[in-house]
Amino acid sequence: MQRRKFIKKSTLTSLSTLLGTEIVFGKILPSGYDLLGLQDPDPFKLFHKDSQMVVLNDKPWNIEAQAHLLDNRITPNKYMFIRNNGIIPSDISVDDWTLTFDGESVSQKKTYTLEELKSKFKHHTYQLTLECGGNGRSEFNPPAKGNQWTVGAVSCAEWTGIRLRDILEDVGIEDNAVYIGYHAMDTHLSGDPNKEPISRGIPIAKALQDETLLAFKMNGEDIPLAHGYPLRLIAGGWPASASGKWLQGISVRNKVHDGAKMTGTAYRVPCEPVAPGEKVADEDMCIIESMPVKSLITYPKSGATINEGKSLKIRGHAWAGELSVSKVEYSIDFGSTWKNCSLEKPANRLAWQHFKADVRFPKKGYYEVWARATDSQGVSQPMVLPGWNPKGYLNNACHRIAVKVS
Amino acid sequence: MEDPGKFRKNVRQVFKLMYLMFFGFMLIAGFLVYLMVDPSLSVFNKNDPNNYESIQKHDEVDFDKIENGVHVRTGLVEGDGLMLVVNNCTSCHSAKLVTQNRMSKEQWSATIRWMQETQNLWDLGKNEEPIVTYLATYYAPEKEGRRQNLQNIEWYDLKE
Repeated sequence: MQRRKFIKKSTLTSLSTLLGTEIVFGKILPSGYDLLGLQDPDPFKLFHKDSQMVVLNDKPWNIEAQAHLLDNRITPNKYMFIRNNGIIPSDISVDDWTLTFDGESVSQKKTYTLEELKSKFKHHTYQLTLECGGNGRSEFNPPAKGNQWTVGAVSCAEWTGIRLRDILEDVGIEDNAVYIGYHAMDTHLSGDPNKEPISRGIPIAKALQDETLLAFKMNGEDIPLAHGYPLRLIAGGWPASASGKWLQGISVRNKVHDGAKMTGTAYRVPCEPVAPGEKVADEDMCIIESMPVKSLITYPKSGATINEGKSLKIRGHAWAGELSVSKVEYSIDFGSTWKNCSLEKPANRLAWQHFKADVRFPKKGYYEVWARATDSQGVSQPMVLPGWNPKGYLNNACHRIAVKVS
Repeated sequence: MEDPGKFRKNVRQVFKLMYLMFFGFMLIAGFLVYLMVDPSLSVFNKNDPNNYESIQKHDEVDFDKIENGVHVRTGLVEGDGLMLVVNNCTSCHSAKLVTQNRMSKEQWSATIRWMQETQNLWDLGKNEEPIVTYLATYYAPEKEGRRQNLQNIEWYDLKE
């Protein structure tokens, strides 16, 4: 009995340690009650996500959409995937927020307040496709380690901010500038304050594009916390990890940025194609830049049953990294024949394009509707998995839905 | 001063006093330490049988409960080395990062090495072997081919 009492007390003590604070009135806690601070938070409420979103990981938070949830022309927050490498910052003070430019290739180190950024430079709004480099990883064989994304780690929201180019001109950069690297407020999973969870970047040419923004609004509102509030770098068409969230610093480098997840095998694929499962040395891995051509059927949801004789209206989006999409086709016979979908022009460069088609089926039975996009350089999506790579990036294999005609 | 016997007696008395004070302090200190552990002195309070049962149960049974061969708290499969994996692999990241992956023994070892080199994972010592064996046994790759059949299709009537 004494031992149990001791256990009770020491449990309270360790609970206090977990919470990082004393549990006032801990002694009078009703038995069996879980403290609110220790209960699993509801990620859907926490991040204002739709309950059909799929949680892949809760430390760090990684949540993806399903194909049919991405039907909107402009992705709303509730259907936007979350990919985090570290812990989301919690104590953000917008009034004290600053962005510092440093590195080997700035003329001088310079710091701006958030207010200065917003008031000093012209605002621009673009709809920009952000896709996780590992979207589709779950299909690779042999399997690749990491979050097992299926198809839902892609979004195309409207981002408002200032051009990175405008502010780089104001800071002044040297001729030897090669790359910019970002620094942010998120913290490392291990709790080590000296480690950055992620610090990636983009080459200067990408940094100077019209559409490369320092954004403070998403879909006309403050950026949601999980997506980088209050300031985020947006480099559309590239792996979304290049678009750093909770932005506090930008280093202008005279070499390829060497921050966390820029080196080793992170966000890299073999420079030359390898056989599935082959070992690849770090020095033979090359940084992913533009994402490949891809498409998604967002309507109907896979599993639709329709009556014989009725046509099926399908629609979705297609995107091609730095390029545009020139054609989207569909097949109901596993690629034996293809028919064209109607395809819209993008809202702006680096935005996804909408396609639709009216599909007719010859007789009753089980069908799969496959979609295949082709980019402006004539490169199409493969029907099988593209080149295997150790980390499972860049799976742009055709998307398909199941349909039954009865 | 001229009586050495009296001096010796005085010294003995001082010693006795010091002994008494020492044991007195020890008693007080002991009581204070006990008070820290059990501030309500509940051990002397015989009619307080309600609180501890469920907490004890929660602490020792529920916390690491196994249901249908799965460790409820983490979702990891029951097997040799489970608790080593729970204790070493889920303090920094979610167990979901383990359960959604499939790797060979060699790949799991390489992942541990990568975490040690870049993510502050500690030296696992003699625990590494059972951890890797557990992972490679219960989270091993399956043969899948170049493209799998569509799976888990939920059929529904499409209404336009």
